[in-house]
Amino acid sequence: MAKHKIDLMVNNQPYSKTVDSALNLVDFLRNELGLKGSHIGCEHGVCGACTVLVDQKTVRGCLMLAVQANGSKVQTIESVANQDGTLSLIQLKLKEHHGLQCGFCTPGVVMTIKELIAESQGRHLSEEEVRTALSGNLCRCTGYQGMVDAAMDLINGGLEVSGTV
Amino acid sequence: MVASLENSRVLAGGQSLMPMLNLRLGSFDHLIDLGHVPELSGIERVSGAYKIGAMVRQRQIEQFEGFKKDIPLLYQAIRYVGHQQTRNRGTLGGSICHLDPSAELPLVALTMDASLEVASVRGKRQIEFKNFFSSLLSSVLQPDEILTRIHMPLSHERDRCVFLEFSRRPADFSICAVAVVLRADAQQKIENLKIGIGGLGPSAVRLYELEQKIIGCPWSSDFIEDIQSHIKTLPGEGDLDNTAAYRNELAQVLVKRALMQALQMNKESKDGQAQN
Repeated sequence: MAKHKIDLMVNNQPYSKTVDSALNLVDFLRNELGLKGSHIGCEHGVCGACTVLVDQKTVRGCLMLAVQANGSKVQTIESVANQDGTLSLIQLKLKEHHGLQCGFCTPGVVMTIKELIAESQGRHLSEEEVRTALSGNLCRCTGYQGMVDAAMDLINGGLEVSGTV
Repeated sequence: MVASLENSRVLAGGQSLMPMLNLRLGSFDHLIDLGHVPELSGIERVSGAYKIGAMVRQRQIEQFEGFKKDIPLLYQAIRYVGHQQTRNRGTLGGSICHLDPSAELPLVALTMDASLEVASVRGKRQIEFKNFFSSLLSSVLQPDEILTRIHMPLSHERDRCVFLEFSRRPADFSICAVAVVLRADAQQKIENLKIGIGGLGPSAVRLYELEQKIIGCPWSSDFIEDIQSHIKTLPGEGDLDNTAAYRNELAQVLVKRALMQALQMNKESKDGQAQN
């Protein structure tokens, strides 16, 4: 199989790696970089567990090849907590509102909420908008209400979210 | 490259092709990523139409405010395409070429009488979208050709456009989808009518003959029955979850609903004008 050299930023760290052309981004993140926080669920773009940010946009890590991320900035769940290891506001709010249970979908959910907050640019979002965005992340535990509440609180609760999210 | 490599496939946004590869439903010796070809991006408004680059992401279309007024059908339909996380990668051209029987964008292209600009080393040619489909998931594109641009005509400002689809959960693959464009004058005389239906068979269909029959006539509720009995005669295919008869029934209900909505929109805007 052909090999490709890729240079990319992952969680603000530069990496230069040689990868197989058929390697998925999420397999690359987990197996080559050891970032096991992004989960692999359905492997065909439905469940959302592998959702990561590529150039600030959510993508399915299983539907993008590692080689396609060449030159991009990738952010995974490992970049979300504060530098001192304490939980960021998104994580705290998910915890407070019981927005997670087994935690398998949570890394993807957090990345979706991050994009939602960034794109809302301070605009208040309706519950429907939040639910529509989160419909791309399957959760079999919570029934979604907790994570919707957490996202609504973060976006519309008047909290200072810049910096720590 | 496309022409010279054996068993190769171009990769657009990868939101359909990558699942097929992951599920081992297909395998190719070479994948040619179009992600970094600037000529395939961009949305350009020209006289009477938009030229949309084949690699324009679905999310860009969703966020392009101009389509709200200029191509309402596209504006409405794009929200049904996958999820935000797949629209960030998925492209208009990729969806058009993949020709999934349940996909929204080919249905919009058919209903809007879109035409496609395709290119190969041999040159360029233009294909009407209605002539693009060849068989399930396949188009008339030659192995050395790629889709470069989609020409999507503007809607008339009095066109009332309605896109409806039915799926078991929001953002699932649709079981049936319909697209309706209707224009009528103050006396409800039909000036323009386009009806597209997706989900019955391997490709979306238009009701060209009926459209032509109705255009020029004053609206009559009998037309709904004519259309529904015509839909009953259309060939269809079922699958494990949804029989052909169920899909056909859905098509009849959705077309009626879409037409009623379009007529209502027309009525409301006429009332609005009268008040002004």
